[in-house]
Amino acid sequence: MKRVSYKETWVDKLYIPAVLKGLIVTLKHLIRPHKNITIQYPEYKWKPYSHYRGAHRLNKDEQGRIKCVACEMCASACPAHCITIVPAPAPWEDRERYPIKFEINMLRCIYCGFCEEACPEESIELTEVYDFAGNSRRELIWDKEKLLEMYDLTVNEYYKGKPGTFSYSKEKKEK
Amino acid sequence: MVDLIIELVIIILKIGIVIGAVMMGVAYMTLAERRLSGFIQDRLGPNRAGPQGLLQPFADGIKLFFKEDFIPDSAEKLLFFIAPGMIFVPALCVIAVIPFGDSLNIFGREIQLRIADVNIGILYIFAIASLGVYGIVLGGWSANNKYTLFGSLRSVAQMISYELALGLSVMGVLMITGSLRLTEVVEVQRSYFFGFIPHWNIFLQPVAFIIFITAAFAETNRLPFDLVEAEQELVGGYHTEYNSMKWGLYFLSEYANVITASAVITTLFFGGWHLPWIEKIPMPQILLELLQIGSFVLKTAFFSIFFIWVRWTFPRFKYNQLMSLGWKVFLPIAILNVLVTGLFYAIFS
Repeated sequence: MKRVSYKETWVDKLYIPAVLKGLIVTLKHLIRPHKNITIQYPEYKWKPYSHYRGAHRLNKDEQGRIKCVACEMCASACPAHCITIVPAPAPWEDRERYPIKFEINMLRCIYCGFCEEACPEESIELTEVYDFAGNSRRELIWDKEKLLEMYDLTVNEYYKGKPGTFSYSKEKKEK
Repeated sequence: MVDLIIELVIIILKIGIVIGAVMMGVAYMTLAERRLSGFIQDRLGPNRAGPQGLLQPFADGIKLFFKEDFIPDSAEKLLFFIAPGMIFVPALCVIAVIPFGDSLNIFGREIQLRIADVNIGILYIFAIASLGVYGIVLGGWSANNKYTLFGSLRSVAQMISYELALGLSVMGVLMITGSLRLTEVVEVQRSYFFGFIPHWNIFLQPVAFIIFITAAFAETNRLPFDLVEAEQELVGGYHTEYNSMKWGLYFLSEYANVITASAVITTLFFGGWHLPWIEKIPMPQILLELLQIGSFVLKTAFFSIFFIWVRWTFPRFKYNQLMSLGWKVFLPIAILNVLVTGLFYAIFS
């Protein structure tokens, strides 16, 4: 290894040039506040990459019915045991069972995406939605209606803009 | 009798305006600190309360007033209670001798634009400013907590080692001025070198200026010399056990000290309220006065922002580095500065 040594000159020992250099570095950041790396959150939202694992949704088929056949593959794949399914005989010709109750505890879920992988019908899917909250624990146990609603919300893109970049998209303010 | 009452009203008005201005300055210093630090770190800082976060200081103030005022069981109650006041009062008192303008002529009455024209102005500043350390020491000691006590001890040692350099660096300025009266310090700086360079003391005493401003950082407990607070080592330093508006007072007095230090630097080294080259332009006297007050405020604001700017640029000194810098570097240089100034003074006058 080559050792590089630097002999301090008397100018270095004054420390004032180094101090000024440091001040100039911070001044450059100070006068360019437009290069912020933070986002004005509620107005601007970050668009996740397409492989982002956010909140779940239950997909619908072309006739607007739930795709799920209540096979409970997702519930058994779930490492956090956060999916509860109560099956019932389906009212339709093309399948035997469908869920009358489908609940996901969003507080217990670890967003691993195993349910999505296990699903044979491509019914359960993880969306890009990351900003959801509730006022109680009960509120964050999402039922079938809520999960189907999520499908309607996210079937077209939920966050606007280019995924994964810092080109923010301004969401319309709800009135 | 009427004359006396008018005089009294004028003085009370002046005090009110100056204290009001300083308090507003303090309020907006807290906002400036947070926003500028945000910009320096490529963040935005608080910008939600009002346009560009301009109402943030008031939101903070209301929050502090409504917080629970908790006094620890083991604290020395009386001293714990009065210590914040003991730092806050000196912080505001220093501003009294600083001239922020020449004189204003309103209704045939000459109003001197300073609260008190004391003939020992600089001594008064040092005397009062040193009192502020009692607030820190007693606050830290009375809280009965080891971290606050460490903060207090450091504060005392820091004050002693830096006040010497601070005082000696001003000696050079005093030798040039020949007076302790701050009005005269400004008066001397109103002339010009070669007819166009303003006769500010910064050009005559650059070494003294560097020592003074560095010692001022230590005096006001600001980074890079904020060992008194040193969040990473001492939790919150001397005010660890304080909360609510008592903590707020410590906070306010820190910024009041910064503003005062900036005003003193402006007065001693940057010509005070002197706005160069403006006297030659014909204009009504009142406009000239307002411009000069404006220039004083601008210079003070610049140095206040410089304090913030330095805080977010440099890391904290170690305790031994701080001590050796004060005793082994600044003190000898300050003494040398006095000697060299005296030599030049003896030769050239």
